[in-house]
Amino acid sequence: MRNFDYHRPADMSAAIDAARAEGAEILAGGTLMVDLMKIGVREPDALVDITGLADLEGHDIGMDRIRFGALARMADVADDQTLKTAAPVLTESLWKAASPQLRQAARLGGNILQQTRCPYFRDTAYSQCNKRAPGSGCAALDGGKTNLHAILGGSDDCVAMYPGDWAQALIAFDAEVHTQGPGGTRTISFADLHVMPGDTPQIETILEPGEIVKHITVPVIPALKASHYLKARDRESYAFASASAAVGLEMEGETVRDVRIGLGGVAAVPWRARQAEEHLKGKSLTEETARETGRIAFADASPLEGSEYKIKLGADVVAGALMTAHARSQGGE
Amino acid sequence: MPKTPGPPHLGLSRRSLLGTSGAVGAGLGLAGSADAQQTGPELAAFNTAQITLNVNGKRRTLNVEPRTTLVEALRDDMGLTGTKIGCNQGQCGACTVLLNGRRMNSCLILAITADGAEVVTIEGLADPAGRLHPMQEAFAEHDAFQCGYCTPGQILSAIGCIDEGHAKSAAEIREYMSGNLCRCGAYPNIVAAIESVRDGQEG
Ligand SMILES: Cc1cc2nc3c(=O)[nH]c(=O)nc-3n(C[C@H](O)[C@H](O)[C@H](O)COP(=O)(O)OP(=O)(O)OC[C@H]3O[C@@H](n4cnc5c(N)ncnc54)[C@H](O)[C@@H]3O)c2cc1C
Ligand code: SF4
Ligand code: FES
Ligand code: FES
Repeated sequence: MRNFDYHRPADMSAAIDAARAEGAEILAGGTLMVDLMKIGVREPDALVDITGLADLEGHDIGMDRIRFGALARMADVADDQTLKTAAPVLTESLWKAASPQLRQAARLGGNILQQTRCPYFRDTAYSQCNKRAPGSGCAALDGGKTNLHAILGGSDDCVAMYPGDWAQALIAFDAEVHTQGPGGTRTISFADLHVMPGDTPQIETILEPGEIVKHITVPVIPALKASHYLKARDRESYAFASASAAVGLEMEGETVRDVRIGLGGVAAVPWRARQAEEHLKGKSLTEETARETGRIAFADASPLEGSEYKIKLGADVVAGALMTAHARSQGGE
Repeated sequence: MPKTPGPPHLGLSRRSLLGTSGAVGAGLGLAGSADAQQTGPELAAFNTAQITLNVNGKRRTLNVEPRTTLVEALRDDMGLTGTKIGCNQGQCGACTVLLNGRRMNSCLILAITADGAEVVTIEGLADPAGRLHPMQEAFAEHDAFQCGYCTPGQILSAIGCIDEGHAKSAAEIREYMSGNLCRCGAYPNIVAAIESVRDGQEG
């Protein structure tokens, strides 16, 4: 690993000053950053360790909104029994991610900002990667290993998949991200945080240099209670999603009043299946309508050679998640 | 000002690469002082910082480069080679230690970020009289290993698994031990060992 300077500021303004400097990067739990630095994919001149900013710790569940500090640990939030009852999708998408040890180290701010697991991005022996070296091409488009690539939202320049789980719940439930940077504080709709690859895949979010995520809020709506995160993967535990769905339902009698669907393991950025949601609203929830909804969620998919399976798998996962959410809306498990 | 653990003292050394033959984190006692602004990695000069860790109940002070990982500090600087490196990428769990009571992959933690922390490694589990920790006993009793390479990490992780309350059933143990891979496939016996320790604590 290349060496670098290390700072651990004790307050927000010092952290912003240090982080805005050319070549500086923010460090939280380090499970992404240290990993990528070891393999030479990221080479910061300085790391600004923000774990001394006590205000960014913890989470709380209010009447109208749930607030997560950017430094709350994945494991602590996943284990909160009150949250599990109030919003199962928000705990399930955490405990089904990574490993128990990684969840102890990793923080929620770092979690939402994790980078792709595209094997060509992560291996500097491949010279072609527009995300790592803009303008160099894209090794993934030649085929090969494609199970960690996007079938939704990719571009001619990059088909990397956003690999995170929790973000799918956040986008489905209209989360907001609260930041502070050199230009002051702002609130960003979670759906606007990540940007589509287009012809600039090296730009992944709208965050400015030195802008620090302080917390993330999720409005409390009825569909949160009857929610579920279903994750299909190559092995039963400790693997990135092949396809996953973060869903929630609000029923009015037999009719779907509100439905939320976020898709993981399949798209370039955290993905909300709005057309599929619209399709299901006002209908009853049966296996048939759930399956239709799943198919609509993937109507625009364009798989690579070798990732066609994600279309059917993804549709099944959406349908399965909806059935569980429906059972929960009726008071079942 | 909010009270936070202070940043480790940055003592900057400007050793030439010739003198270090590229060794990482071996800078004990060699820290000189220089200006942080001028010390760029490209200059082949690098900084070390003095950190203090409480390792297995003993206070240890050492100089580390920012890039030194906790597992490197434990193994190379402190000679505690019980903690293993498997993948070095957070994927296998061989490097699991308890950091302030939480199980973590020490290959993905920069030692400098652990300044002031309490670390427990496999060497610190037996009591002062040399009696093994119940989890070590259980692993031996249940034959929960073959080559033993993953075992220190498995044992530390297993202690965390029970502490966190995630050992309620065999299925839950399997889920919450999934961060520790065993190439020899000792999984069934590892689960049995953890169940026996859990049951011993309940009784
Ligand atoms: C083997 C392995 C398996 C994994 N499996 C999964 C999985 O199945 N599902 C899943 O969702 N994730 C998975 N992960 C990813 C893991 O969840 C992330 O690495 C972790 O959540 C990142 O959090 P961190 O605190 O360690 O981030 P860091 O590594 O510290 O930071 C990550 C990024 O976010 C930036 N950053 C961090 N905090 C802030 C902030 N407050 N403001 C602005 N920028 C910030 C950093 O600069 C960096 O770019 C896996 C990781 C590994 C190593
Ligand atoms: S898919 Fe994106 S990240 Fe992967 S090699 Fe192509 S440009 Fe790089
Ligand atoms: S060596 Fe750290 S997880 Fe494999
Ligand atoms: S005992 Fe050999 S790897 Fe687990």
